Amino acid sequence: MNAASLISNDPGWLIAVKGLIVFVLCVVLTLMSVWGERRIVARMQMRLGPNRVGPFGLLQSLADGVKLALKEDLIPKAADRIVFVIAPVISATTCFMSFAVMPLTGKVTLFGHSTVMQLTDLPVGVLYVLAIASVGVYGIVLAGWSSGSTYPLLGGLRSSAQVISYEVAMGLSLVAVFIYAGSMSTSDIVAAQQKWWFGVVLFPSFIIYMISMVGETNRAPFDLAEAEGELVGGFHTEYSSLKFALFFLAEYVNIVAVSSLATTLFLGGYHALPGLGFTESWLGGWFGMVWFFAKVIGFFYLFVWLRGTLPRMRYDQFMKFGWKVLIPVSLLWILVVATLRVMSARGEPRAVIAAFTFGVVLLIMAASSLYERSVRNATIDQIPDSSTEPSFPVPHVAGINRVESINGSNG
Amino acid sequence: MDPMDNELTPRDNEFGLAKAAAESAPILDQSAGSFFKQLQGFWVTFIMQFKKVNTVQYPEVKEPTAERFHGRHQLNRHPDGLEKCIGCELCAWACPADAIYVEGGDNTPDAQFSPGERYGKVYQINYLRCVFCGLCIEACPTRALTMTNEYELADESRSKLIFEKEDLLAPLRAGMLMPPHPMYPGSTDTTYYKGEVPGADPSQGATTNV
Repeated sequence: MNAASLISNDPGWLIAVKGLIVFVLCVVLTLMSVWGERRIVARMQMRLGPNRVGPFGLLQSLADGVKLALKEDLIPKAADRIVFVIAPVISATTCFMSFAVMPLTGKVTLFGHSTVMQLTDLPVGVLYVLAIASVGVYGIVLAGWSSGSTYPLLGGLRSSAQVISYEVAMGLSLVAVFIYAGSMSTSDIVAAQQKWWFGVVLFPSFIIYMISMVGETNRAPFDLAEAEGELVGGFHTEYSSLKFALFFLAEYVNIVAVSSLATTLFLGGYHALPGLGFTESWLGGWFGMVWFFAKVIGFFYLFVWLRGTLPRMRYDQFMKFGWKVLIPVSLLWILVVATLRVMSARGEPRAVIAAFTFGVVLLIMAASSLYERSVRNATIDQIPDSSTEPSFPVPHVAGINRVESINGSNG
Repeated sequence: MDPMDNELTPRDNEFGLAKAAAESAPILDQSAGSFFKQLQGFWVTFIMQFKKVNTVQYPEVKEPTAERFHGRHQLNRHPDGLEKCIGCELCAWACPADAIYVEGGDNTPDAQFSPGERYGKVYQINYLRCVFCGLCIEACPTRALTMTNEYELADESRSKLIFEKEDLLAPLRAGMLMPPHPMYPGSTDTTYYKGEVPGADPSQGATTNV
């Protein structure tokens, strides 16, 4: 019995219980990840991070949440009141929704029912996640627009441009996975990775997905929508109290959501690490959840590491990178994957497949060396000619060659 | 070239034009931009996690300040307990933040607070205004005002942060006598300033060893 048919047998109350479990998991993960991020980033900067509230400061984010909830809730006069209130709600609800299709375990028993720990299994599950993520952008755009203030508007616009562009790259990076798995259902994709993870087989897709998921979640080094140095707080500048807390929650749940998607699509979801397959049956199959969240936490660490290491990118460089590098590379890679897939489906001889692969590698090498040569030539052309007059007026001084003293005497 | 040949020549270098030109060579070494060089940053942040943190757990652990740290002020005393402050207000005038208020008063034979004619009757420092620059210390002609290393000056109300004379006065040490009391027998204010007064004399009053 596959996951879809198991889920379709769930009674209503079991669906409710699963929904509750997923929700609680998300919220607890958010609280823990905020704490974890602050501690890890602190260690990277030779600080300690929050260590006052509870053991090791574990309750810090809980205390922050309570503080936020008790603060005065301001709505600026210039704000569009209805949209201003709806925006954070859109942000917070959509990020939870993508968890509905994440397969957290294989076949398990929950209250006497044989089922899988997955709320629902859609035949187009991954598309659903992408769609929900796109709806989530509305939260940010509307928040920026309805604040009636300049910086939030700029932040919201930046964020929408950013998320939309990186969603293209993200969607394209997933196409290779669909081609290989032959399905868009998350549970089928995980099942297809029983032997080889797609992160290994489709390594370029994995890299592109990882880059675009950082862009998608507005996180450093791509956190242009809330660039403190440029836009104060970005789209949430005018927000306070619980509404701000909702955005905060949305950001972290989003991180967990894209990490879960990455785990599901590229790192074999709830499957154990290679060689540890026997652990999957532990705890009646529930041990798969441990693997799943271990991988998700691994991705989360990557997010934090990126934030601790890289400075924020300039906006135009960021967009250039998305449109001129990620998307073309994705398209090319899809072409290669699709060709290979069709070849193997037709049962072409191995020699032909190998020749094709070799040809592609040669082409890439040729193209990259040509590119590098053109870059090098461009740099050499830029060496200034030191024998000419400077472009700015200089006074005539007797006995001294101004051109020489300004441009250096190497000419 | 001899700089005297042309008076503009040395200035030319002063503006750094020649130096800037020499340094303006185009960057031909692209290795810093390479992908693997960029990855070195990740190693830096990663290894940093396992190094000793610089954080001091402040309220529990208090590290000593620098020796000459500018902390709370103190109004010092002569060895016999008389106050050094003569109420001249030079500290108040020197203060750039207008944090000090001084009112001088006359010493009388019945109530001698400091050697000489005058003493500081009212002395207030407003620590909401004080910037701890130490100009008052430099201005003080009798070394009456100095700074301690005490830095924990936070409080709940504005009035509590205006320190009065009794908050600022140094404690009585051994051999000191609480003023007002007469000056050391046979001394003038000059004797005091020269540091020739060893301590309170029995004739000045009953010594109460603190």
